[in-house]
Amino acid sequence: MIALSARGLSKTYVMGEIKIDALRAVDLDLYEGELVVLLGPSGSGKSTLLNILGGLDVPTAGTVTFRGADIIGSSEAALTGYRRDHVGFVFQFYNLIPSLTARENVALVTEISRDPFSPEDALGLVGLEARLDHFPAQLSGGEQQRVAIARAIAKRPDILLCDEPTGALDSETGLLVLEALERVNKELHTTTAVITHNAIIADMADRTFHFADGRIARTVINDHKRAAREMSW
Amino acid sequence: MVIKVSPLGRKLLRDLWRLKMQVLAIALVIASGVALLIMALTSGEALRETTNAYYERYGFADVFASVKRAPERLMEKISRIPGVKRAESRIVHIVTVDISHFAEPATARVVSLPSSGVASLNNIALRKGRRPKRERVDEAVIGERFAVAHQLEIGDRILVLLNGRQRPVFIVGVALAPEFIYVIAPGGIMPDDQRFGVIWMNRDALAGAFDMEEAFNDVSISLTRGTDAEPVIDKLDALLERYGTVGAFARDRQISNRFVQNEIDQAATMAVVLPAIFMAVAAFLTNMIMTRLIATEREEIGLFKAFGYSNASIAWHYVKMVLAIAVLGIAAGFGLGSWLGQFMLQMYGENFQFPFLIYRPSPQSFAIAALVSVAATLLGSMTAVRAAVILPPAEAMRPPAPPTYHRSWFSKTKMANAVDAPTRMIFRRLARWPVSAALSMFGIALSLSVLLLALQWDDAINEMVDDFFFRSHHQDATISLFAAAPARVLHDISALPGVMSVEGQRIVAARIGHAHVVRRQAIVGVTGEATLVPVHDVSRGAIAIPREGVVISSTLADVLGVSYGDAVKLEILEGRRPTGEIRVVDIIETYIDTPIYMHLDALSRVMRESRQMNTVHVRIDATRRHLFLAALKETPRLSAVSFRKAGVQMFRDTVEKNIMVFIGFYTIFSCLLAFGVIYNTLRIALSERGRELATLRVLGFSRAEVSYILLGESGVLVLVALPVGIICGILLSGYIAEQFSTELFRVPLLIKDATAGIAAIGVVLTVSLCALIVRRRLDQLDLIEVLKTRE
Ligand SMILES: Nc1ncnc2c1ncn2[C@@H]1O[C@H](COP(=O)(O)OP(=O)(O)OP(=O)(O)O)[C@@H](O)[C@H]1O
Ligand SMILES: [Mg+2]
Repeated sequence: MIALSARGLSKTYVMGEIKIDALRAVDLDLYEGELVVLLGPSGSGKSTLLNILGGLDVPTAGTVTFRGADIIGSSEAALTGYRRDHVGFVFQFYNLIPSLTARENVALVTEISRDPFSPEDALGLVGLEARLDHFPAQLSGGEQQRVAIARAIAKRPDILLCDEPTGALDSETGLLVLEALERVNKELHTTTAVITHNAIIADMADRTFHFADGRIARTVINDHKRAAREMSW
Repeated sequence: MVIKVSPLGRKLLRDLWRLKMQVLAIALVIASGVALLIMALTSGEALRETTNAYYERYGFADVFASVKRAPERLMEKISRIPGVKRAESRIVHIVTVDISHFAEPATARVVSLPSSGVASLNNIALRKGRRPKRERVDEAVIGERFAVAHQLEIGDRILVLLNGRQRPVFIVGVALAPEFIYVIAPGGIMPDDQRFGVIWMNRDALAGAFDMEEAFNDVSISLTRGTDAEPVIDKLDALLERYGTVGAFARDRQISNRFVQNEIDQAATMAVVLPAIFMAVAAFLTNMIMTRLIATEREEIGLFKAFGYSNASIAWHYVKMVLAIAVLGIAAGFGLGSWLGQFMLQMYGENFQFPFLIYRPSPQSFAIAALVSVAATLLGSMTAVRAAVILPPAEAMRPPAPPTYHRSWFSKTKMANAVDAPTRMIFRRLARWPVSAALSMFGIALSLSVLLLALQWDDAINEMVDDFFFRSHHQDATISLFAAAPARVLHDISALPGVMSVEGQRIVAARIGHAHVVRRQAIVGVTGEATLVPVHDVSRGAIAIPREGVVISSTLADVLGVSYGDAVKLEILEGRRPTGEIRVVDIIETYIDTPIYMHLDALSRVMRESRQMNTVHVRIDATRRHLFLAALKETPRLSAVSFRKAGVQMFRDTVEKNIMVFIGFYTIFSCLLAFGVIYNTLRIALSERGRELATLRVLGFSRAEVSYILLGESGVLVLVALPVGIICGILLSGYIAEQFSTELFRVPLLIKDATAGIAAIGVVLTVSLCALIVRRRLDQLDLIEVLKTRE
């Protein structure tokens, strides 16, 4: 079943005389429960696509449908609702709230969602049950990123969008984060899209999209998924 | 011309432009402070200069005395008192004036002009017409305000009651005089140009009318430079003793001069308190904006240092930014301040009577204002700039250590579970930076207190009016007699048409002393059954006058240093001039004047005379008022009449006109203060938390929910600031009231709940306006931007 579907997505930035086509008529379907990886050189439009899919940005042209409903033309309030109820985000720089503890950072999201995990359970899923009452400043980068994942999945999102979640981490810590993502995808069947510069990570994906110059140049279906644990770089 | 701007210079201009709203908000606070300071300095200076020049040019005397009647040859002895430069005698009386078209009898102080030549002391400044011709006993020069109030022109005729005989007098001139800058009827509390004025007539005319040939009843003295007035006053008193003096006094107790000097002093007070508040807030705001700017520019500072810019040049860069803000505020403040200063002076011109106004603001006032502003802002930015200077370049290039938060004991309690995460964010931040939160809160509180100070004046004035004109006085009119008369005068007056009830008082000039302090103060003798004008205490209301002893006002008690039960020295300056000791049997609070009361019988005993009265309070049947007035004009024994209603009206007109203008100014200034504090607090909070808030938006928080976190913080600050501000406002109002209180007026400190409420609402509205402006920026947060960058 298709969870999220994009058709003819274009994004053009106009800066004075210069026009930058960040996306050029991208078509894409994400199936329920699959894990996809987006690869491609810097500036090829990966983040732009993910932001549009997550309702953070609007395309210049094209449509995005979530379970059959168009999300592009909807109001600011509807977009907020879409993000709140269906999408989880994980970013390269974690974006935790420094004034809230790990548990409270997760609670931030669970307080406003309909059927969330308890913050403790969500943090348990990413292996941080012992760090509940630590502030971000008291956590390592990898731990912070796992809190971010817990925060993203605590509301049981339908789609989890991760933009370079391991970008700021060393390989060992990065692996812990990937394991957490993998577990969420497997156990909760959350449709997951991960942007990365690390081609090895593609091994754990169901499908890999290779970006170039604002287009999906190539789609690779992975028949031999590897567990995160088995990978290294 | 091409101006080359260095890269740092260009950065400065861009920063200023980027922060323009915040810069403007601070500049407005500085401008308000500068304007208030310049207003107070220049108007005080102008009033002082004008007064001094006026005194100089028209020979305002240094020492004054009046007697019942002294022979002219005494003047020679007086001029021989060491230190006396010049002594001049005059005849001065209070007279009733009948002006057609004006129903009530008016009162005037008639002052003699030398029959030949020009007086060298207390000379008149002729505004129109001429002086009376020699030998003319029916010509007069009248005070300008009196003329204007009655539309009297040169050639008009008025009827003056001179020593019981009504005489037609022709107006030949209109004038002002340095001794009448502030014209107030004896026993009056406000100038009333319609009912009290000044008339100058030839000495011969008055000598004839008052039986003062070769005699005088008023003397003015100028002193040689550097002479102390006190010994001269003592010698003068000794000379005048047997002629019925009520005591000589120096300029500082001359009523008109006292009012002017008081106004000059008040301007000096205003030059300190309020500008200080604005400057302190400006310093704090500068600190806030510079600290934030330098925090966001850590890496750039590191970079500049790495490029080889010296610490001094980096410090200078930020100092220039501070100076730019200060200069902006100073320039606006200069303009506004000189306008306000001129406005104030114009108001002085309305309340006081000057033939000219000198407005030559010295550069000093402006220099002081500029210096104070620059000092305040530099002081405020010092810690921030220092932080930029001491930052080692290597460390600057690294992001700052993340702030460490702590869980409070409260967040570990059960109750804390009920608090949602956004609220928790608000309180954690407040707890993490308590000093800056407290300062912001205090800034808001100060603006509330300034607003409250402005608004409460109306309450205070109303309370004064209420107490003096309504709670303590119930008569319709008060008639003063030329001389004390036996009690049966009451019967005569109650026989006048329209009079419903009468009540007599005996008012005698006296000196009251204790230890080394002596004050001149009339004693009011009241009867035990007084109801129209009883002895009145602001909080206790009407008080039965004890049969023995004196009741004095607390202000006088403070001046004399006496308390309940003490004995004071009493020296009656009329009749047999008895002296003696008398016990203070009660101390009362009054807002106006420093009255002394005695039981009429006790006073009569002290004076060794039968029961006599010289002031009669009456209630009149309103429908027969015109008959009463007509009869009064023909009553010879009466020296003055005043109406309570007219008094209230006059008080309201004069005071309220001035007060309303000030309330307007201060309301605007305090709102600017509130705006400056809140806007900067919010913008800096937004700048510090933009990333967090954008993250929350990404996580699915709505605009309103995100606004709650940012504006909620200010909401908490405002909530705390309201009570603090009201307390500060009460303290500030109390301080100003104390500074402004004189022996004649004490502004009560009375703040109605409604006034405090209005002030609070004013501040909340200002805050809401800021919140709205900032909310619009919040709505435009770039959600994607924050995800790309590490803070
Ligand atoms: N706000 C913007 N204004 C102008 N151009 C933009 C803006 N945001 C992105 N771009 C441009 O759009 C293109 C795609 O950017 P995008 O961030 O999607 O790339 P990316 O594939 O995520 O790269 P990276 O791997 O470096 O993160 C780039 O050329 C970028 O310069
Ligand atoms: Mg990207």
